[in-house]
Amino acid sequence: MKIVVCIKQVPDTAEVKLDPKTNTLIREGVPSIINHDDKAGLEAALRLREQVGGTVTVVCMGPPQADVALREALAMGADEAYLLSAREFGGSDTYATATIIAAALKKIGFDLVITGRQAIDGDTAQVGPQIAEQLGVPQVSYAEELSVADGSVVVKRQFEDQAHLLKVQLPCLVTALSELDEPRYMSTWGIVDAYGKDVTVWGFEDLKDALNPEWIGLKGSPTNVFMSFGKQAKAAGAVLKGLSADEAVAAIMDKLIQRHII
Amino acid sequence: MDFQLSKMHLLQQELFRKFAETEIRPLAKEMDEKEEYDLDLLAKMQRYGFFGIPYSRQYGGAGADTLAYTLCMEEVSKVDASTGITISVHTSLCCSCINNYGTEEQKQKFLRPLVDGSQIGSFGLTETNAGSDVQGAQTVAVKDGEDWILNGSKIFTTNSGFADVCIVFALTDRTVPAAKGLTAFIVDLKHTPGVTVSENIERMGIRAASNCIVTYDNVRVTPDRVLGPVGKGFKIAMGALDCGRIGIAAQAVGIAQGALNEAIKYGKERKQFGKPINSFQNTQFKMAEMQTKIDAARLMTWRAAIAEDQHQNFGPLAAMAKLFASDVANEVCRFAVQAMGGYGYCREYPVERMLRDAKITEIYEGTSEVMKMVISGSMKLK
Repeated sequence: MKIVVCIKQVPDTAEVKLDPKTNTLIREGVPSIINHDDKAGLEAALRLREQVGGTVTVVCMGPPQADVALREALAMGADEAYLLSAREFGGSDTYATATIIAAALKKIGFDLVITGRQAIDGDTAQVGPQIAEQLGVPQVSYAEELSVADGSVVVKRQFEDQAHLLKVQLPCLVTALSELDEPRYMSTWGIVDAYGKDVTVWGFEDLKDALNPEWIGLKGSPTNVFMSFGKQAKAAGAVLKGLSADEAVAAIMDKLIQRHII
Repeated sequence: MDFQLSKMHLLQQELFRKFAETEIRPLAKEMDEKEEYDLDLLAKMQRYGFFGIPYSRQYGGAGADTLAYTLCMEEVSKVDASTGITISVHTSLCCSCINNYGTEEQKQKFLRPLVDGSQIGSFGLTETNAGSDVQGAQTVAVKDGEDWILNGSKIFTTNSGFADVCIVFALTDRTVPAAKGLTAFIVDLKHTPGVTVSENIERMGIRAASNCIVTYDNVRVTPDRVLGPVGKGFKIAMGALDCGRIGIAAQAVGIAQGALNEAIKYGKERKQFGKPINSFQNTQFKMAEMQTKIDAARLMTWRAAIAEDQHQNFGPLAAMAKLFASDVANEVCRFAVQAMGGYGYCREYPVERMLRDAKITEIYEGTSEVMKMVISGSMKLK
C-alpha cells in the first residue's frame, strides 16, 4: 500500500509569543517542530506499513528550512520525502495550499493520504479536507483509530460526545488527531539514513502542469488575513458557596441577567 | 576549521535531548535511590539504537560516528550520569575491542548482537590489586587442549549485573610482565558455567549503574572467543580505554551542563535580599565562569572525538579532554549545590546526585593522575 503523509513544519507553540504591537507570531529563536497531529498521522502510517507492507512517503510544503522536518520524518522511518517549495507558493491560504499539495499528490500517486487534523499555528483544519475535495477522493476527518482491511480503511472518527466507526474504500484521505498514535522517536541509524537519502524538492515548474496557476500563492488565495489579535483576558469569575441547588440556580440566573447575557 | 555541528549531528542531538528529557529524567531520582537500573528503559534505548552509535551498519550498528556518540553521552548524562556510563562501557570498552581486534567471524557473531541492540556488553580488566597498575593482575587463563580455562576475579565490572558479554583480560603467560602476558577473551556472562556475578557494589555515585565483582572459577573458553593475538591483551585494553575516555569526558560535560542548568533555573525563581539570586553579579560572574569552562571541556571532547573519527592519534587528546572535563564537572557541581544552598543539598533537587556522580569521572577509565601520565608521555619531555 502506498501511504502518503502530509506534514507541516510549525513553530513550537509551547515557546511561541505574540508581538504585542503587531499581534503576529514572534518566530525568531522559536524551535520548529513537526505539527503534532501530522506526526501522529505519520506514526499511524508507519504502523500500517508494518502490518500490511508498502511504503510511506512524506510531503511538506514550506520554505527550504522545512527540509529538517522531512529529515526527521525519514529518521522515524518514512521511505521517501518531497519538499514543495517555491516563491510562487508563498502567501497561499488553505485553498491555494491544498491546490499545490493535491497537484503533488497526483504526481506521486497514493492509496491512502493521511494529514493532520489541523496545524497548531493556524488551527483551520481546512487543508486536509480541501486536498480530498481537489483529488476527488472520499475523506474521513478527526481519526482517533485507523486500520486497514480488504482494500478499505476503518476509521474511528471523533465526533463531539460520540464516535463514528466508518469504513471507506481506498483511495481516500484521513485527517489524524494527535491521539491517533504516540509518535516513535527517531532512531540513531534512521538519522544517518535520513541524511543519506535525497529529499526531492519540487518547485512551480515541477507542478505547473498539474494545477491551475491562478489558484495558488497570495493572488490565488480567496482568504486574506486582515487582522490578528490576542485573546482578551477574562475577569475572574465569582464563586458562590454553601447554596442549595435551588438557591444556586437562582443566584446564577441573577448573575446572567445582571450581565445582560440572558 | 568548523565548530558547528552538521545537520545530521544536530538531529542526533535533538533525539538524545528529547529522549533524555522525556524518558530518562522522570526515572533518574528513583533509580539512584533504589540503586538499580530500569531494564525497560535500557531496552527502549537499545531499540532506538543508543548502543551501537559509532559502529558500522555492516555489523548492525547505527553507522554514525564518535562525535554523534559524544552527543549522546552528553545529553543522557545531563539528566542521569548512570545512563551515561551504562552506554559508555558497552560502546567504548566492550564493543570497541571486538570492532578493532575481532575477526570477521567474531564481529558477525559477537559484535552484531551488541551493536544492534540485542545484548549488553561489559569489560573486565580491574582487579582488587590491579587498578591503575595492571601489573598486579592475577586472573589467569591456562590452555586445555584447544580451550582455555579462566580463573580469577574482576572488580568494578560495570554493567555486569545484566550484561550478556564481558571482555575479560587474563594472564596467559605468567613468566613475563602483565603488559606482555595478558590476553583478551569474549566471555558469555549468562550461560557459562563457573561465572558468578556478585550483588551491586555499594557506591557514592552513579548508583543506578550496575557494578559488580565477577568471579571466574574454572571457566572454559573456546578458541573462537580469544580476541586478538594471545599476549596482546594489554594493548587491546589500553586502546579501548583511549576510546572510553572520550565517552567519560562527554559524560563529565553532560553532568556539568546539567548541574549548571539546574542552578540557572533555580536562581531565576529563588529570591533572597529582595531579588532573584541570578540578578546578583556574583552569581552571574560565577555562572559565566562555569559556562566558559564547560564550553572549553566540550570543545576538547569534540576534538578528541573528531580525531578518533579521522583515525588520528587521539589518545593524548582523549586524556586531556577527560582530565579537564572531569575537573570541570566536579567544580560546576560543587558550585551548583552552593548556589542552591540548603535546597541544593537536599535530595529533592538533582544537583546533590550530580555532585556525587561527578566524582567518579576523575577516577574510572584512568584516574586524573593516569591522564597526566598519558599526556606527559606524549610530550617528549625526556
